[in-house]
Amino acid sequence: MSWLETLRTGWDSIWSHRMRSILTMLGILIGIAAVILTVGLGLGTQKSVSASINSLGSNLLIVSPGSATSTTGVRGGFGSASTLTTSDAEALASSLAAPDISAVAAEKTTSLALTAGSANWTTSVVGTSPEWLTVRNRTLAQGAFFTAADETNRSAVAVLGSETATELFGFQNPIGQTVTINNISFQVVGVLASAGSNASSNLDDQALVPMSTAANRLFGGTTRNAVSTIYLQARSADLLSAAYQEAQALLLNLHGITTASSADFSISSQESLLDTATSVSRTLTVLLAGIAGLSLLVGGIGVMNIMLVSVTERTREIGLRKALGAPPAAIRRQFLAEATVLGLSGGLLGAGLGIAAARVVPHFINSEIVISQTAVAGSIAIAVAIGIVFGVYPASRAARLAPIDALRSE
Amino acid sequence: MLDIAEAEPASGEVITLTDVRKTYRSGSIEFEALRGVSLSIEQGEYVAIMGPSGSGKSTLMNILGCLDVPTAGSYLLAGDDVSEMDEIDLAQVRNRRIGFVFQQFNLLPSLPAWRNVELPLTYAHVPRDVRKAKSVAALEKVGLGDRIGNRPGEMSGGQQQRVAVARALVSSPALILADEPTGNLDSTATEDVLALFDELHQQGRTIVLITHEAEVADRAGRVVRVRDGQIHSDRITA
Repeated sequence: MSWLETLRTGWDSIWSHRMRSILTMLGILIGIAAVILTVGLGLGTQKSVSASINSLGSNLLIVSPGSATSTTGVRGGFGSASTLTTSDAEALASSLAAPDISAVAAEKTTSLALTAGSANWTTSVVGTSPEWLTVRNRTLAQGAFFTAADETNRSAVAVLGSETATELFGFQNPIGQTVTINNISFQVVGVLASAGSNASSNLDDQALVPMSTAANRLFGGTTRNAVSTIYLQARSADLLSAAYQEAQALLLNLHGITTASSADFSISSQESLLDTATSVSRTLTVLLAGIAGLSLLVGGIGVMNIMLVSVTERTREIGLRKALGAPPAAIRRQFLAEATVLGLSGGLLGAGLGIAAARVVPHFINSEIVISQTAVAGSIAIAVAIGIVFGVYPASRAARLAPIDALRSE
Repeated sequence: MLDIAEAEPASGEVITLTDVRKTYRSGSIEFEALRGVSLSIEQGEYVAIMGPSGSGKSTLMNILGCLDVPTAGSYLLAGDDVSEMDEIDLAQVRNRRIGFVFQQFNLLPSLPAWRNVELPLTYAHVPRDVRKAKSVAALEKVGLGDRIGNRPGEMSGGQQQRVAVARALVSSPALILADEPTGNLDSTATEDVLALFDELHQQGRTIVLITHEAEVADRAGRVVRVRDGQIHSDRITA
């Protein structure tokens, strides 16, 4: 009996017990759909997390004051957290000391109230350098960014995030208008194009001013030269680790620290952020997919159960087929084919259901679902494998039946 | 090739049993169901095997049908020694050499008549179109040419048994082995099926029929009586 013939026979038998077959398939169907959905949800989360990390800029290294150590968590620098200064940023910008760093933008951020006419709005005021635009991978919707000359002259100019501009000026053109911060009048020279928000902040609600202006005119005091973050852009993705080494060596040297483990700053790359974030969501995905996989296992046991019932119920049929000349291998194949067809149909229907749900569900929950072809193909393969694995025992039981005993049974 | 009415041209002995013994063992208890049976059946004979229950009649039928192997002695079926064969070879012998007719008909309820009839051919790797042609021819032979698409549930007992006879004929076996073929039939259907056997006998087929009904056995040309695991009498009646 050829394989095609065997499959036909298997299909005949499944068809003649339609209701039972559908219920059996249901276990596998739900399992497969659940696997596709959970894996899709996990991948969707990973994708949105990495998109928000990528929105920081490209080929980026982030230098923060204080250091992170694996055993004690975040540890403050010597005496204060403000261990990074504008001179660190200037040193890093030197193409001689750090040839693989193409641009540097230090940020000094404070929350302050902004006033424009009768409107006032509290937001993050960020002192930074003209390179910020390139480093953070942002564009302007209107006007221009402040220049190196503004930086040198400590000019009172500001670039607003799109939401900040709307809050302060409504639908008026903000370019050329005046906004007051700490009693100093700043002229608005540009408005940033919208970039949405990432995990920690709203990228559209901030006001940017030249670093020198911020340090000397807005904040003052002994910590005037301290910065909260320094963003470094490497020349290319390949040079990221070279840039990392250069920045670390330079800063250790500047801070007079001899061992890297006692550094009073930490440098993280987008990749490391990405790795952390994706490893978290991957763990979650694996966990969820594991639970979904359990339901597949239960479905598989359902298939075995039904196949065993089917062997018992069809003892006479097996006896007859053997009497008519079916060798044990043909009987084994027939039951194996039935279990496989059950698994395969359950898998295909489950994949269909999973894909349909992956299209529909995102409209109701605020989360993307990515249909992974690997997950779809893999879970169908698993469904077939379940049919085969859980079909083997019933099939070999059927094949072992002696034809006389089988024929006599009633 | 399609003319299944024609019996195999070979003549001589279809069945030769020599001192066949069968012992069943259940724990420490041994039970000797057959105690030295020797029997030969010629090509074209119509033989009835009779005997009370417990006589070893069923065991003999199982051995004749290659559903079981003897513990001792030899069994030649159409010249081949089947007493030493393994399960796979026995399956092939049953498939090619023996056509079974059972008391319970043993048709698969989900399949139409012709697909029940073609079953032995599927295990003989006969191509699909040939199988269909042969099954239809066999069904026409038993007078059911108009019921090829009917399922067993849609037919009377007599018709179902005729489908079973068609299935036994379809592979042109050397031997038709019928185990109480009329045991589940009313008198009209019994007459119907027995007439069919008569016809097959006239066409030169070898038929071995196991029964406990005297009027059924009377139709055969030879009656073998079994008692206590041995042949009690063997006489030619016609």
